[in-house]
Amino acid sequence: MARTLINVPPKAKKGEVIAIKTLISHEMETGYRHDNVGKAIPRDIISLFVCTYNGLEVFRAELFPAIAANPFISFYTVATASGTFEFKWTGDNGFSATESVNITVE
Amino acid sequence: MTPAERCILAIGALAWAIASTLLVALAAEIPLNERKSGYEFMGPETRAMQDDDSANPGSLWVLDGEASWKRKVGTANKSCADCHAGESMKGVAARYPAFNAARGRPVNLDQQINICRTERQQATPLPLEGKELLALSSYVGRQSRGMPIAVTIDERTRPFLEAGRATFYRRQGQLNFACAQCHDDNWKEKLAGAPITQAHPTGYPLYRLEWQNVGSLQRRLRNCISGMRVDNYPLGAPELVDLELFLMWRARSMPLETPAVRP
Repeated sequence: MARTLINVPPKAKKGEVIAIKTLISHEMETGYRHDNVGKAIPRDIISLFVCTYNGLEVFRAELFPAIAANPFISFYTVATASGTFEFKWTGDNGFSATESVNITVE
Repeated sequence: MTPAERCILAIGALAWAIASTLLVALAAEIPLNERKSGYEFMGPETRAMQDDDSANPGSLWVLDGEASWKRKVGTANKSCADCHAGESMKGVAARYPAFNAARGRPVNLDQQINICRTERQQATPLPLEGKELLALSSYVGRQSRGMPIAVTIDERTRPFLEAGRATFYRRQGQLNFACAQCHDDNWKEKLAGAPITQAHPTGYPLYRLEWQNVGSLQRRLRNCISGMRVDNYPLGAPELVDLELFLMWRARSMPLETPAVRP
């Protein structure tokens, strides 16, 4: 399982705009490189990131080979109710990582 | 040769003489109060990345290192945490390379981790520059963040400090270059558009954007050395440890930034 680091404020006021930051360890091998004997290194990237908030999708990003290793994705959403953020990264070779973080909205 | 040509030659020789005198005059250590960490040469975006733990990719290695620290390994079936409780590594990374009596010479932090692994945990040593060793040294280094670099220089380590200093000031390789020509004399300049910097190892192991990975000081040294077209030293070579010791002494009292981010 890939190592992830997620930053969601533990508490927020209802209607407040909150920043969410996510970091995941991944090589993001482009598929355009060759090894030292000239053999092509196959592509191995994360291709999709989705964040849901209490089951509702609030953010989605498609990732491509030009994105650096260990992708850092930061975005904003509105704190509507206490609950759970779920994060899912999927990619080549059946890569899949999920995380969830709780938030209390007052 | 016409008199005019002779005159041009003489001017050329004179200019060369002046230039080389200037170079000699410039070759001096950086005064302590003019020292700058590589951090100060970076742009605001890269600084922000280092300052925010949740944006600093080095944090991923710190977390991996923490997991490794607690994992029981080897025939002794011991984890690092079984001997070193809590945050007992605070300040340790700022003191390395440190003298190892059994080996009769200084060892760096990565080597010390492997010494512990083979002697105390009775496990196989971790490959240098491998992910797990870098994770462990990032975790240990993180506990010294903000603490002043303070390697011990005494009668036992001084010969190795002097060997490192000699390497730093010795012209070598196909380009006949010394480390000091860039990092003491020309740190205000740029090389291929990038700042040269003063070469203070303040944040290792660090996440280098060019590498897309965390790397050790030795990896960085080997980068520079191959750029100088010098027959390179292998990872873990005593020459590199001596150079590390000299560079840490040169950066004495500067705060440690591990895990730093560099372009």
